[in-house]
Amino acid sequence: MKKYYNLRLFGDKISFLVNRKALITFLLLAAASAGVFVISTGTGEMKISPLKVVQVFFGGGSDMDRLIIQSFRLPRIIVALMVGMALAAAGGILQGIIRNPLASPDIIGITGGASVAVVGFLAFFSDKNNALTVSINWMPLAAFAGAAILAFLVYFLAYKDGVSPIRLVLIGIGLASLMKALTTLMMVFGPIYQASQANIWITGTVYGSNWDKVAMLVPWTLMFLVMAFILARNVNIQELGDDIAMGVGSTVQKYRFLLLMVSTALIGGAVAFGGGIGFVGLMAPHMARRMVGSAFGALLPASALIGGILVMAADLIGRTLFSPLEIPAGVFTASIGAPYFIYLLFKTRNA
Amino acid sequence: MLLKTNSLRWAGLFAAALLLLVLMSFSIVYGYTDTTWKMAIDAFTNFNGTNEHIIIQSVRLPRALIAATVGASLAIAGVLLQSLTKNPLAAPEIFGINAGAGFAVVITVTLFSISNLQVFTWVSFLGAAVSFIFVYIIGSIGREGLTPMKLTLAGAAMSAMFASMTQGFLVINETALEQVLFWLAGSVSGRKLETLAAVFPYLLAGWIFSLIIAGKLNVLSMGEDVAKGLGLKTGLLKLGAGIVIVLLSGGAVAVAGPIGFLGIVIPHLTRAVVGIDHRWVIPYAGLFGGMLLLIADISSRYIIMPQEVPVGVMTAVIGTPFFVYIARRGFNK
Repeated sequence: MKKYYNLRLFGDKISFLVNRKALITFLLLAAASAGVFVISTGTGEMKISPLKVVQVFFGGGSDMDRLIIQSFRLPRIIVALMVGMALAAAGGILQGIIRNPLASPDIIGITGGASVAVVGFLAFFSDKNNALTVSINWMPLAAFAGAAILAFLVYFLAYKDGVSPIRLVLIGIGLASLMKALTTLMMVFGPIYQASQANIWITGTVYGSNWDKVAMLVPWTLMFLVMAFILARNVNIQELGDDIAMGVGSTVQKYRFLLLMVSTALIGGAVAFGGGIGFVGLMAPHMARRMVGSAFGALLPASALIGGILVMAADLIGRTLFSPLEIPAGVFTASIGAPYFIYLLFKTRNA
Repeated sequence: MLLKTNSLRWAGLFAAALLLLVLMSFSIVYGYTDTTWKMAIDAFTNFNGTNEHIIIQSVRLPRALIAATVGASLAIAGVLLQSLTKNPLAAPEIFGINAGAGFAVVITVTLFSISNLQVFTWVSFLGAAVSFIFVYIIGSIGREGLTPMKLTLAGAAMSAMFASMTQGFLVINETALEQVLFWLAGSVSGRKLETLAAVFPYLLAGWIFSLIIAGKLNVLSMGEDVAKGLGLKTGLLKLGAGIVIVLLSGGAVAVAGPIGFLGIVIPHLTRAVVGIDHRWVIPYAGLFGGMLLLIADISSRYIIMPQEVPVGVMTAVIGTPFFVYIARRGFNK
């Protein structure tokens, strides 16, 4: 049995080496995410059987079911899926370029930059009665701008004859704690109503998603996922270390910058709509690595799917387990993520 | 090195102590309520019960004392950590001490509905100690031992973990958010003298003990092997220093909440002034740390008057550029 298939398209313009085991794992994961997607769509205040959910997807089903699924549940679940995929893919890229298994968007401060932007947005654009003076729809933009500015800042400050992974992560950590201080500052000064609203956002939730948000998030995420996939082989080379990567002819600094920007774009989109859902970018790539190995072309799609499953599941639990109380999805990703993280720290102690 | 001879260093130490006292009196006199130097003196010698006198005695004085002691403790803890781990970026908050303490406080508020500052003190002490031990163990197991990179990551990761769990609890319980928000920002105001008195013995013990082991730390900084060869019990020394660090940083966070970056900035500043001899670095760092926190606290009153910036935010704003500078310079110089 051959381990790899050659896939060539458009007269050899595009070619892939497809690993058989990775392909099977990928298909299984895709099936699993589809399963979680359907179950999550069917679960809530009103239960709808999976069969009926599928019927609705294909245009059938009763009017009531259609209304609930199409206008309430579907947007939220699609946002959860996209947020999870984006965070996981970005986490995978960061772990690849920083060459450290503990790197993730939360730790190098990109999420922190977005948090400051959102809390600042809530603090500055509201009048005395706690009403926002501008549309809440601008909040995602603020979050994205915050994430992007911080990523640039980290990159810029870490630049000294090129960017070394160690400097990148250290400066990220330093700026992350500054961002945390600034976030707290704005929360202390904002009225308590806003403080708790901001706190919910920082913890991460996909509550309040609608089709407008889906229409913005889906193309954005998919575009950058494809870009990440095209750049995947450069991640493989970066993982060998700077010297070897340069030796085999990769323009290390250029691709490091490109990859960092792609992951920032993914994270920016994700935090803009899902808030600071933590630990997904850390966990998912590790789980994926166990399943498909560390060749990045296989790792990226697998980890994206796992991320999607994680966030969808966290959101499902958050809105059903303590119903009618809604628990932000970020609480659950953190409560699975934190123990997993400790386990990782112990496991990678010799790495 | 600015001060090269021992007599100069003694003089410098004396001057620094004097400056600390001056800053403390500034801290007592200047603030939102208009007070004069004469009033401040009267408040202690000739108390007459006016508003100003009450403010000076019960608000400003504790605040100045707490800023000075907390600053000194954090700075000394930073010195010990940096020489223990041979890591120029080591500082109490890098070990997740602030996040651990914050998490412990939030748990007490949400699960046990206790919101008493005295209880916070002990709880945060405990949280800080647990977090420190965790990060130290995680950072040091493995083949290479305690490397700066592993340590920083382990600390940052533990902080991220504690922080997100803290947020989780706060989201579920909004009233708790109200109660702990100001604590979480790190501040030396609104604390009573009793809070300081409760932990002061531990801080004092930490200061004295750190001076006692200062000479031995000099030997240790020559390298583990050399230190062992010279007959130093390095394991015991590290354990002792670890306990001192927990006492100092745990006590500091217990009184003032999470205040960051002081432990990174001050040791570097101090070494630039008096060199690398720990017997000098430790007392100097203590004085400088107190001074810096007093300055940060006084300026925090004036930036957005009549409100106050939490002093933890001030130190973060001052400290981050410094952190970035050291990170850029690299580890081996």
